[in-house]
This record gives sequence, structure tokens and C-alpha cells, in this order.
Amino acid sequence: MLEVKIKGAIDQFEIDATFMTEAGTLTALFGRSGAGKTTIINMIAGLVKPRDGRIAIDNDVLFDSAHAIDQPPNKRGVGYIFQDNLLFPHLTVKGNLCYGQNLTPTADRYLDFDEMVELLGLKHLLSRRPSSLSGGEKKRVAVGRALLANPRALLMDEPLAGLDMARKDEILPFIEQIRQQVRLPIVYVSHDIDDVLRLSDQIALIDKGRTVLVGPAETVANHAEARLLLGQNNPSTIVSGTVISHDTTFGLTSLETQAGLIRVPGLKLPPGSPLRLRLNARNISIALSKPQDISVLNVLPGVIESIEKIDTSTVDVKIRLATQLTIDARITTLAHQNLNLAIGTSVFALIKSVAVDRF
Amino acid sequence: MFPLSTDEWLAIELSLRVAFWSVWFSLPFALFFAWLLARRNFFGKTLVDGLIHLPLVLPPVVIGYILLVMLGRKGLIGEWLYEALGVSVAFKWEGAAIASAVMGFPLMVRAIRLSLETVDQGLEKAARTLRAGPIRVFLTITLPLISPGILTGVVLGFARSLGEFGATITFVSNIPGETRTLPLALYTFTQVPGGDAMAMRLTVIAVVLALLSLFISEFLARRIRTRLGG
Repeated sequence: MLEVKIKGAIDQFEIDATFMTEAGTLTALFGRSGAGKTTIINMIAGLVKPRDGRIAIDNDVLFDSAHAIDQPPNKRGVGYIFQDNLLFPHLTVKGNLCYGQNLTPTADRYLDFDEMVELLGLKHLLSRRPSSLSGGEKKRVAVGRALLANPRALLMDEPLAGLDMARKDEILPFIEQIRQQVRLPIVYVSHDIDDVLRLSDQIALIDKGRTVLVGPAETVANHAEARLLLGQNNPSTIVSGTVISHDTTFGLTSLETQAGLIRVPGLKLPPGSPLRLRLNARNISIALSKPQDISVLNVLPGVIESIEKIDTSTVDVKIRLATQLTIDARITTLAHQNLNLAIGTSVFALIKSVAVDRF
Repeated sequence: MFPLSTDEWLAIELSLRVAFWSVWFSLPFALFFAWLLARRNFFGKTLVDGLIHLPLVLPPVVIGYILLVMLGRKGLIGEWLYEALGVSVAFKWEGAAIASAVMGFPLMVRAIRLSLETVDQGLEKAARTLRAGPIRVFLTITLPLISPGILTGVVLGFARSLGEFGATITFVSNIPGETRTLPLALYTFTQVPGGDAMAMRLTVIAVVLALLSLFISEFLARRIRTRLGG
């Protein structure tokens, strides 16, 4: 377990971060660009010194201002995947991968070079120079290099930033696999909520250097503070669920979620796989009775909990579903009046299957 | 042209010896000061920077005279050196090497400093997170990455030494076989009647030497570039 409780003045603001990450779980530091996320992980790595606080991995204290402990970066055993990779240009891919491994005492080595090369698909690149690699290949080498130093915690700084969709899809599975296979506490810096929702177990919301909110990914993502950060223009509700079954005739997948049973276009995931969905408030309609002849597949009963006016033409309606989860629906003021909606009204939330985002 | 006379061989051998030792002697110091100026901020940095660059802007004769006053047999340091250790560089080829080293020093520092400033310090930080201590990082990351700058510095220092005249003649005089390097030999021939032919021969030798060193440095630079994966 990685424990972080640090303070320090950096440039224009004060860093004040407190969070914990268990081994095998990924905590996303999520916030705007320039919110101090990278500074926080630099402090964990020992590249920037906090003014006070404590950083520890299990029982090993890396930094403790009260006891004047400040281990240098090379003694911390904290792996770091940098946003710009920072591969050594004068070494081959193999030289890069081996750099940290060669400096790891044999007793501390838990990863096998060949297995890691196999996992990351780097075998055919070993004799190449970093300058001749593609963006995705460079990132994979950076991941392998950090892991082969056999760290006790892993830091990732925007590993998907600057990569196009195809490259992202190339890297994402590796990060998921690493989280499952290498049981390390992982801290992942990102300003992209989609990446965060796909990868994280826990989110630490960062604003002006402070951890405003730390908790399970769905809880934080649905919190008002996070919404504020994401912008009010596109409210949505994040729910977690598991795959139950696949309908082969129509290619639909049924999911058991916090919102109830939801059907989405076919997913290539075995039953039991966990995943997250985003229910976009703009894609949720409201009906007073259960509609019969309608294309929408997901009809969830609920009770209106609150109605918030957004502007003259739209309102956000909060609906408490049977599962006790609340979701947002954005409808027009006209529809609101026509249906005579009020707090306590029993309604049905209609969620278009094809409009559900999955992570 | 051929064969070269004994005196000519002597001057060539001496010039190369002086240049070689002046470069190797000053390289560690040049590395240190380049690193100091590129990476550290300290009180009096501008003064240190200025002092290092003095040989570039002062007349070489002045440098030679300062060396004489400091390191001559009766000089401030030289007298002590002679009495305590029995060592003296005055009127010796070692003195010529010191004069060359001082004259070439700012060129070497500049070249190395420039390449140090272009090294992404993130690479050094990355190496630190990969379990490497500061000294290992310098030896395995920084040094290889600045090797083109070091080569440039060495070439400039070597060339400066081959051409060094004023400081050398002022500091260690013009003694055949000891301090009479190529430029000094050439100068000597221009001062005696009928020395023109000899001076011309030395001129050709100087040109050939200069071209040779340029070729060698170009060859090395290419090898370094391939190694750095440029």
C-alpha cells in the first residue's frame, strides 16, 4: 500500500495531497491541466521535495519531514512512466529495458525480462534505437523499462496523452494487464475522464494542488465537485456493472448495473466481466407511463428527486431509480411543463441502448 | 619536400606532444567548469565565467606574462613549487602545454557547456527513478549524451594548441627541442636571412597537420552520431 500525505509550495499554488492506494489498485489523479497532478507524483518519486508530510510504501518510509527522512529517487523503488517517455536515445530498446533491471539487486527482482518483453510485444524491437520507434512502441518501451526496475509502486503521467485513438487502444490493454498481473499500487495522472473511468479503481480529484475528493471512481465521478470540473454542459451519470449474458440473435449484451438491467449493443466481454457505463443526461428521456411502442430498450422506473433549471429552455431532472441510484435527465422546460413534473412524481427513465458509453 | 629534417620532426613531435597533453590535462577541469556553469547557480558565477573566458579576449602575450609571473622559477607559485618539490615548468615543454591549456580552456568549456545545456535533464531524472545514483547517471547518461560536445571541445583545444604562439614564447621562450613548437619554429625562420624556404616547408606541414586533425575529428563525430542514434 502506498500512503501519501504531503504539502509543499510549488510556483503559484500549494500542494496538499492525501490519499492511499492498495497494491493491485489504480488511483487516478484527475484534474485540469496545471492542477499540480504531475508535481504530486514527482514528490512521490523523490524528484521534487515536499515541504512536509509523509510518503510510505507498506512499512518503508520514503519521506517523513517529522523524522527528517528523504530517500533519494534511486533508493525509493518507485517506477515512473513519464509523459514524454524519456527513453535514453543513446541506448537500444534492450539497453533501455535493462537499465533499471541491471541495477536491481537479484533478491528484489520479481519480473522476468523475457516475460515482460513477451507481454509488451517488444521482442522484434530489442536492437532498435528509440528514435526509430512509433509513439505506441516508445510508450511500451517506457512501460517495460519502468517495470523491469522491479518497483514497489508505479507512477504514470498521462500515458495516453498525445496518442491517437488507435495508439490508445494499443496501450490501454497493457495498462489493464499490468494492473492485474503485477500487483502494485499504481498512481495514474490524467485530465481525460474517459481514460480515468476505464482504468481507475479510485479517483483523487485534484484542484489547485489539493486533493478535493478521494473515493471509488463512480462516487467521485458522480460528485458535484467532479461535475463542476468536467463542465455543466454535458452532465452524465457513471454506473458500474457486470456482463450477464449475450443475445446472439440481435447482438445485444445484458448488463447488471447500479441502475438496474441495461441492454447495450454487443460487447466482446465474457459474462462476469466488470465494466463502467456512462448514462448521458442528454440521451435520457422521461415518460409518465411505461411506453409500449417505442424503440428504446432500457426503461427504468423511478421517482423524481429534484429539478434544476439550467437555462430558459432546459432543466436537469434527478431521478431516483428502484436501485436507489440517482441519474440525471436533461429535458426541455416545455416537456417539463407538459408532463407536469414535480418532486415525487413517479416516472420512467428511457435510456437509448446505442447512446450508452462503455469503458 | 621529403624527407623532413630532424629539426622539422622535432617541431612536429613537440607540437603534437604539447597539444595532446594540454588537452588531456585540461579536459577534466573543462568538464567540471562546464557542468558548474551549465547546471549550478552560485554567488560569483558571472566572475567565474568571466575569468574562464579571459584568455579568449586578452592578448596571448598577457596570458604568457601572467603565467611567467605565477609559475616562473621566481614566480609566486613557481618559486614555492621549485623549492618544496623541485619541480619547475619554466622553459620546459610542460610549460608550453600549460600555456596551450590555458589558451584553449575557454573554447573547451564553451563547447561542453553548450552541449550540456541541450541535454534533457528529464533523462537524468528518469535514470534516477531507475535506481541509478547521481554519479552513475552522469557516467551512463550525461557523459555519453555530451560526447559530441566533448569531441568539439577537444578538437578546438587541440587546434588552439597547435596554433599557440604568444603565450608560449612569453612564458617558456623559444628553445629548440624543448619549447620550439611549429609556429615558433616558423617564426624563427622568418627572422633569419634565407629562411623563407624553410618557413614555407613548415607552413605546408602546418596545413597538413591541421587537415589531418580535422579529418580525424570528422570521422569520430560520425561514429558518435551513429552511436547516439541521431
